[in-house]
Amino acid sequence: MERILFFVLAAVALVSGVLLVTRRNPVLSVIYLVVNFFALAGLYLLLSAQFIAAIQIIVYAGAIMVLFLFVIMLLNLGDEEKLAEHVNARRIAGVALAVALGVEIVAVFLVKAGSGLAVKSPAAAAIGTAEGVGRALFTRFLLPFEVTSLLLLAAIVGAILLAKKKMD
Amino acid sequence: MYPVIGTVLLFPLVGFVVNGLLGSRLKSEKIVGWIGSGAVGLSFLAAVVTLLQMLSVPADLRAQTVNLFTWITAATGTEGSLNVSAALLVDQLSIVMVLVVTGVGFLIHVYSIGYMHVDRGFWRFFSYMNLFIFAMLVLVLADNFLLLFLGWEGVGLCSYLLIGFWYDRKFEKSTTSDAAKKAFIVNRIGDFGFLLGMFLVFTTFGTLKFVSVSRQAMAFAPADPRIFWITLLLFVGATGKSAQIPLHVWLPDAMAGPTPVSALIHAATMVTAGVYMVARTSVLYALSPATMTIVAIVGGATALLAATIGLVQNDIKKVLAYSTISQLGYMFVAVGVGAYAAGMFHLMTHAFFKAVLFLGAGAVIHGMHDEQDIQKMGGLKKYLPTTYWTFLVAALAISGIPPLSGFFSKDEILTKALFNGSTLLWLVGFLTAGLTAFYIFRLFCLIFEGKPRYSAEIHPHEAPPAMRIPLIILAFLSIGGGWVGIPAALGGGNWFGRWLEPVFQPAASVSLLVPDESRVIEHLLMGLTFLLAVGAIFGAYVLYIKREELVKSLRHRFAGPYKVLLNKYYVDEAYDAAVVTPIVKGSQKLLWKWFDVGIVDGAVNGVARLFWLFSNVTRRVQTGVAQSYAVVFMLGILFAIWWLVF
Amino acid sequence: MIPLDYYLILSALLFTFGVIGVVIRRNVIIVFMSIELMLNSVNLTLVGYSAYLGDPTGQMLVFFVIAVAAAEAAVGLGIVIALFRLRRTVNVDEINILKW
Repeated sequence: MERILFFVLAAVALVSGVLLVTRRNPVLSVIYLVVNFFALAGLYLLLSAQFIAAIQIIVYAGAIMVLFLFVIMLLNLGDEEKLAEHVNARRIAGVALAVALGVEIVAVFLVKAGSGLAVKSPAAAAIGTAEGVGRALFTRFLLPFEVTSLLLLAAIVGAILLAKKKMD
Repeated sequence: MYPVIGTVLLFPLVGFVVNGLLGSRLKSEKIVGWIGSGAVGLSFLAAVVTLLQMLSVPADLRAQTVNLFTWITAATGTEGSLNVSAALLVDQLSIVMVLVVTGVGFLIHVYSIGYMHVDRGFWRFFSYMNLFIFAMLVLVLADNFLLLFLGWEGVGLCSYLLIGFWYDRKFEKSTTSDAAKKAFIVNRIGDFGFLLGMFLVFTTFGTLKFVSVSRQAMAFAPADPRIFWITLLLFVGATGKSAQIPLHVWLPDAMAGPTPVSALIHAATMVTAGVYMVARTSVLYALSPATMTIVAIVGGATALLAATIGLVQNDIKKVLAYSTISQLGYMFVAVGVGAYAAGMFHLMTHAFFKAVLFLGAGAVIHGMHDEQDIQKMGGLKKYLPTTYWTFLVAALAISGIPPLSGFFSKDEILTKALFNGSTLLWLVGFLTAGLTAFYIFRLFCLIFEGKPRYSAEIHPHEAPPAMRIPLIILAFLSIGGGWVGIPAALGGGNWFGRWLEPVFQPAASVSLLVPDESRVIEHLLMGLTFLLAVGAIFGAYVLYIKREELVKSLRHRFAGPYKVLLNKYYVDEAYDAAVVTPIVKGSQKLLWKWFDVGIVDGAVNGVARLFWLFSNVTRRVQTGVAQSYAVVFMLGILFAIWWLVF
Repeated sequence: MIPLDYYLILSALLFTFGVIGVVIRRNVIIVFMSIELMLNSVNLTLVGYSAYLGDPTGQMLVFFVIAVAAAEAAVGLGIVIALFRLRRTVNVDEINILKW
């Protein structure tokens, strides 16, 4: 059951990832990215990270992607030309390098790290709950957590400043 | 021991600082002048106090070293360690020099108040003059070669500054700045010799203190080559500073400066530094007969040649400049035959009468509104009576008419030249004495006697009191200055000679010269010199007042020699052709146009151009497209992971 | 049970898609979204490790990544708007004045 769920979700994530990159209409890209995020949220649940899965949907798929959608509609961008129309050496080299990088990362994972771990830790269930995350967040990671609030404040101020019509 | 000797140095230094820093703000010439003169006057009083203290102790205790502070300490206690103190050697020799420098210096400062009146560089003038006095006192009071050299360079600097004082005025074919540069550069050549001599002193004796060097040198064998080279190199320095052949060319040009400067620096004090230095290191010179001979020959040649040039010059200050060179030659003849005291004696009397002559010339120039050509003067006797009388006194003194000061000092030198030197040397000195009397009275007659030759617009006037009083005082010194050294042959005690005797005692004890004295001859020599001087004066009187047409016919008959003399033996031209032009051309063509522009600039610009070409190619990498950077970035990550993990 | 390797390989593939999106697309917003994809693939790795090792640190990191991504999206889109207002384009290869 778990295995089936994993493969379905993985397939959804991969397909939506490919479509995100290839669609000419940016609105479609956003939709596929949201789909991708839902699939990832499902995977997080499989990994018994309930809290992360929840904020993945609320913050990412909800807030951030809506912001993207807003901006795209605000700018009223039309469809882009087909990818094939602007192929050049840089892009070919970029894709080749990206593939090489992907192969390298897979190699690293398989050869050096992580292989052999086939069973989830028994502690995983307790870690992923809102209680587990909250406990960690407000004890060991209290300072970074508070600093994050500063970062968000700076981002708010910066975004307002940038988006204002006149800088004065 | 001599508590006030430090203040002798301090006053002029303070005067220099005060006038130099605040002079431009002090609007009043009076204050600036009083600060400048007062500093030197106080310094003179301190020197007199020191002299009185010196007189109160026995002769063998008079020489004392006064340590001011440690100047340089390098590698203490080891071989070749250099320890130099700023210490003053106060003895009979230096006190004489200090008195002459401050005394004559003070009078010339007072004179300058009148002479430099309404000059826009008034304060600058007085601060330079005070600096000069300070440097000259450092020079004469130094107890070691290095401190002496400091003063030596200091006076050279002041000389340069003051020759070029009117830096915007024309002087002969160029500017006063060029004359100043010439003086400075020619002095550098001499200083180079002096420096080498000083290094050699240090490597030979391991110390630079005069007393220690003299004491150690006594142990050296006579005619030791090291001593020979030391003395010769030091003498090169002396020829530069004291304008002896072949480095005499700067002094006539130094007349570009204001006349009080010529009087103080280029007649009375600085140019005698070379004589003083030889006297100070008399032990070394006494040990090297070969150098002594060279000194005497150079001195004699300079005395004679400069006197002959002086015969035909028409610039009032030029005549006096050549006269100074000639008289300095006399002093070198004296020290060259081991008669150091006689040299110092002549140095002192010369300071008096040459100061009068220069200051008188200054008064004439002042009264004639900057006219310096003696052919355009004449008959000034009735307009400038004070100047006339003082000039006459000084002219008689330099001619060697008894009982004026010049007679005694010159006579002593001539006597010693014959006894210690040779007949030829005496003959040169004797001839020079005649020439001296002649040219100085030619000058005198052309200025003061005869009919006026200047245009009617010029109304000569007598100098102001500030200029007259120093003239009168110095004229009295020219008369009586020699009485301290009346020789035994004339019933005197040669007090001056005995006063300096302790200083030159070591030199006399190692000297190889055999004095051969006889009073009968001394009287005869005096008579001969006197007669020659009187004859020369009379000759000048006849030629330039009574029968002026004779001058023209003589000039016509001896046109060739006359031209040579008028052009100063073409020494300047020869130096130009042999030294100056090759250096200038070489610098321009080779060093500037080829080496500097071609090689140095070429290398610098070439490197820059290389980078420009290189960057022109490489800057294309910077496309501005972020994705290109991302691609390269990925390549980097690829390699970085590979490097870190595998 | 599913081995951890499956999650890791999935995450590597998603990351590669994100990279390809960054280099081939001209629209700066799509590039931006590709970057979000890359961030998410990394998040997947972190959560995977967290679960299999029983260590909460990985999830903490994911939490902070999401916070930073939110901030980054806000500022980044602000820049896009300002840029569009100025240049009337969102194509990255046309925004290239920062060069020699």
